[in-house]
Amino acid sequence: MRSLAIISTLSLFLTAVFAPQFVAAQTTGPLRIEITEGVIEPMPIAAPAFVAENTAAQQLADDLAQVVVSDLVGSGIFRAIPRKAQISGISNFDAPIQFSDWKAINAQALITGSVSVRLSGKIAVKFRLFDVFAQTALGEGLQFVGTRADWRRMAHKVADSVYSRLTGEKSYFDSRVVFVSETGPKNARLKRLAMMDYDGANLQFLTDDRSLVLAPRFSPDNSRVLYTSYETGVPHVFLLNLKTMRRKKIGALQGMMFAPRFSPDGKTALVSLSDRGNTDIYSINLASGKQTRLTSSPSIETAPSYSPDGKQIVFESDRAGSQQIYVMAASGGEARRISFGNGRYGTPVWSPRGDLVAFTMMNKGRFHIGVMRLDGSEERLLTSSFLDEGPTWSPNGRVLMFFRQTRGADGAPSLYSVDISGRNLKRVNVAGFGSDPSWSGLLK
Amino acid sequence: MNLKLAGVLTASLLALAACSSSIPNSGANGSTFKANSPEYFATAIGDRVLFALDQTTLTAGARSVLDGQAAWMTQNTAYSALIEGHADERGTRAYNLALGARRASAVETYLVNKGVADSRLSTVTYGKERPIAVCSNESCWSQNRRAVTVLSAGNI
Repeated sequence: MRSLAIISTLSLFLTAVFAPQFVAAQTTGPLRIEITEGVIEPMPIAAPAFVAENTAAQQLADDLAQVVVSDLVGSGIFRAIPRKAQISGISNFDAPIQFSDWKAINAQALITGSVSVRLSGKIAVKFRLFDVFAQTALGEGLQFVGTRADWRRMAHKVADSVYSRLTGEKSYFDSRVVFVSETGPKNARLKRLAMMDYDGANLQFLTDDRSLVLAPRFSPDNSRVLYTSYETGVPHVFLLNLKTMRRKKIGALQGMMFAPRFSPDGKTALVSLSDRGNTDIYSINLASGKQTRLTSSPSIETAPSYSPDGKQIVFESDRAGSQQIYVMAASGGEARRISFGNGRYGTPVWSPRGDLVAFTMMNKGRFHIGVMRLDGSEERLLTSSFLDEGPTWSPNGRVLMFFRQTRGADGAPSLYSVDISGRNLKRVNVAGFGSDPSWSGLLK
Repeated sequence: MNLKLAGVLTASLLALAACSSSIPNSGANGSTFKANSPEYFATAIGDRVLFALDQTTLTAGARSVLDGQAAWMTQNTAYSALIEGHADERGTRAYNLALGARRASAVETYLVNKGVADSRLSTVTYGKERPIAVCSNESCWSQNRRAVTVLSAGNI
């Protein structure tokens, strides 16, 4: 129910801040940090506390800057110069910047911001980004207006703008993750659907734990979730509308249905269906219910994922004797195998950029999260543990979230993220056990 | 309604299995249960068969247990059975669901071939979601790679 409010109040208005003095022409080329596969020396940035335009905004002013810094530093591409090393703060958002003070502490980029709480209760957040050494603004100042409950989203929007301006790439901070929250001992685990901000904040539950639920997947517009539930006694796929919190079974196929995934246009679901022991892949039109069988071999075919253009499907199959990854046309038919390393490969997910597939690889008792190109080349294993599984792509295709289960009788899963370079592995800061993450697109 | 009943039975059978402190499919003699009781089915005949890693073929031992199950079900026609397919934790979630479905189906097919009416049988896969042994080594994994025949009174 809570989600209803949050989802429906995404009323962040975005306007350019009038700042003619800063929209100066670039003379030295824009400040840029290039995201490469090699080791990156993080760019030093400074983000002093935002300016509180009124007393009601004082706490927010500090919190906003903290979240912006947390996002940017968390990306592994930036490092923050500590507040106590900063020579001067920003006390007036519109006053000229004393660039020498920031240059002296070697801040390459400076983020300034202000926040005011309006009589309506809404908050307005402004920010500007500066290239300290060139002494110029990078892009126009922006203003976000929204409800107080959305203050973290506004901080993420600021961080997204900074990330995009400094890397030249799309960002991923104003996004959410649906996942399975788990409680209880290993032999009596209770599972429920949950949703959080990408950084673990604003945890909320979408179902209770009376029925086993698995593997939720966000729709491309972030408004719906497909997931598997045992509420009828056998696994079946349900569609949950996050605005109304209504859910319904999809399809009318006999058998056990699981492993759903949306098409890029949100109109179709891919699922796998087990009938008399044989598991194959089907597509289901979510409006008409029309079902199309896409594979029909006696082997296991499951875990399908569409290409971003919707024309192809990557999936896993044991048709060659062990679990491997294949690509076929969205209409089914001939498939070509793309995984050829040592070990078993599963859970393929096509990247939003279209260039890579993320997967789980199992070899010699270890589980790995990896990426490779669509022809199987340039395979990179990014992680290694007793059990790493189920990658999901950040909206910009730069980061993977997955879950890692620890070994033993007390073994339990937690959510982790890692860059596709293999750097910046870290646990997502959310309470409790978590598995099966699905990352949304950037929120609107 | 039937599902609820089956759930209750499963819990009690598992509790019994735990009490027996031996592998439940061993078909130990000396059962004190009446031969037409579900408890006898679970303990003396064995309510489950185990599988090798990533395999769904029935071993000779498994077929022997299932022969006993089929004979019992042929004699005790008041019961239906839900066959649960399970996998160990050493596989990915969707694949393990598919694997569990195959294991359950392998048992169902065997029982039907031994004369049990398929209208009395149904299957469900739990993949790796319902381990009974929690350690992370083969002694536990081998117990979790199982298909369990869960009886319920009446037709499905």
